[in-house]
Amino acid sequence: MERPGSTSQAWAIEIQGLTKSFSNKLALNGLDLEVSQGESVVIFGPNGAGKTTLIKVLATIMNPTSGTVLVDGLNVKHNAEEIRGRIGVVTHRTFLYSNLTAYENLEFYSRMYDVSGRKKRIHEVVAMVGMTSRLYDRVGTLSRGMQQRLSIARSLLHKPAIMLLDEPETGLDQQAIPMLWNALETEGERKRTIILTTHNLERGLEMGDRLLILNKGKIVYQGSRQALDLAGLKEAYQHSMRVRV
Amino acid sequence: MRFWHKAIAITWKDTLSEIRTREIIFSVLVFTLLVIVIFNFAFGTSQEMMALVAPGMLWVTFAFAGVLSLNRSFILEKEEGCLEGLMVSPISREAIYVGKMLGSLLFMLIIEAIALPIFAFLFNLPILSLQIVIITVLTTVGFVAVGTLFSALAVNTKAREMVLSILFLPIVAPIIICAVKASDSALSGEPWSSLFPWLRIIGAFDAIFLVVSFLIFAYVIEE
Repeated sequence: MERPGSTSQAWAIEIQGLTKSFSNKLALNGLDLEVSQGESVVIFGPNGAGKTTLIKVLATIMNPTSGTVLVDGLNVKHNAEEIRGRIGVVTHRTFLYSNLTAYENLEFYSRMYDVSGRKKRIHEVVAMVGMTSRLYDRVGTLSRGMQQRLSIARSLLHKPAIMLLDEPETGLDQQAIPMLWNALETEGERKRTIILTTHNLERGLEMGDRLLILNKGKIVYQGSRQALDLAGLKEAYQHSMRVRV
Repeated sequence: MRFWHKAIAITWKDTLSEIRTREIIFSVLVFTLLVIVIFNFAFGTSQEMMALVAPGMLWVTFAFAGVLSLNRSFILEKEEGCLEGLMVSPISREAIYVGKMLGSLLFMLIIEAIALPIFAFLFNLPILSLQIVIITVLTTVGFVAVGTLFSALAVNTKAREMVLSILFLPIVAPIIICAVKASDSALSGEPWSSLFPWLRIIGAFDAIFLVVSFLIFAYVIEE
């Protein structure tokens, strides 16, 4: 799996033999995956394929049952708190408190992430997602799409090197997605590493440098966008859906 | 220092949220006042009877009000996956525990500070004394220390209210019994020396359960 001329230090994410089980159910089954710095990897798969479990393991919310998982060279079992300071997480749930204003939410999370120059940074990230005019509104009064934009702003507060996105397009209007993707992908000169899970095949094809299909906790297809075998990808995708059904 | 900075940020966030909604304080206060009034009518105007049952009434009221309050504490965190938001932040699980615990302690103390004068007025008993205040604060610390742990445990279950009551109340029964006995001594006008054995037990309970809850919170909250 290791690419020619690369070293293990070059990987933003390195997974070897990852297994995660719940009681008797195997959610991830001996998964191997390496992701380079600055690479965008899109993961497709049916419900229950293990996509969210993989994101949770990478986000250090769940411990692996077995296997090795390194994020930015750090082991998820032993360096969880340090890893959390280097990753940004966006899911279909916003992690925002509806009774607080957008600003109060972002200020709270910037304290959690030890962000320096909090006020300036909050204004920066809010501008990135086009929410400056609603900064002092309570989150509960915002539309679902606006809350999701704010969730993206929250995830960018600490300038993470790695973004973990679990179906982040929930509620977002289609026109806003390219702008938000741009905010997630780069900041200044730096290109972030992105792991994105989605059901949206077309959107994933646009966004990923590499495309994976996960089924029953295993990678059943992977290929780069440049050398994409669209027919093979679609077949593997449809097959994984059928197998699930 | 970062530990306390983050823990206090969590307490402040809970306080701000509560100031906006008044969900916990309002619902628990209404419950507390209702119980006090109902007990007042149930036991009539006999001063002797009042003095006899008042300590038990006081702590039954605070115990159930506390369960109501603790139930709400982590429900706020489940909304929109906020607990997960905290879990993916670079903050120790122990700091989450301390932050949530301090928030619940603050709410409970506010409710007790409002309820005690009403209790004193309706029951015509010397409840507003230094002895009762110390007993109340010490007992509430232990109560909330254990309650925060069990509230986090129960929040992921379907019947969370029932789970919290079933698991939590037997554990805090000893400290409630001590508080009742200590309050009885205080209301009877007994000297400080007769209170100390009870206060020592309450203090020991606080210390043990603060440390134990602090240490095992991470295991409870992890999936």
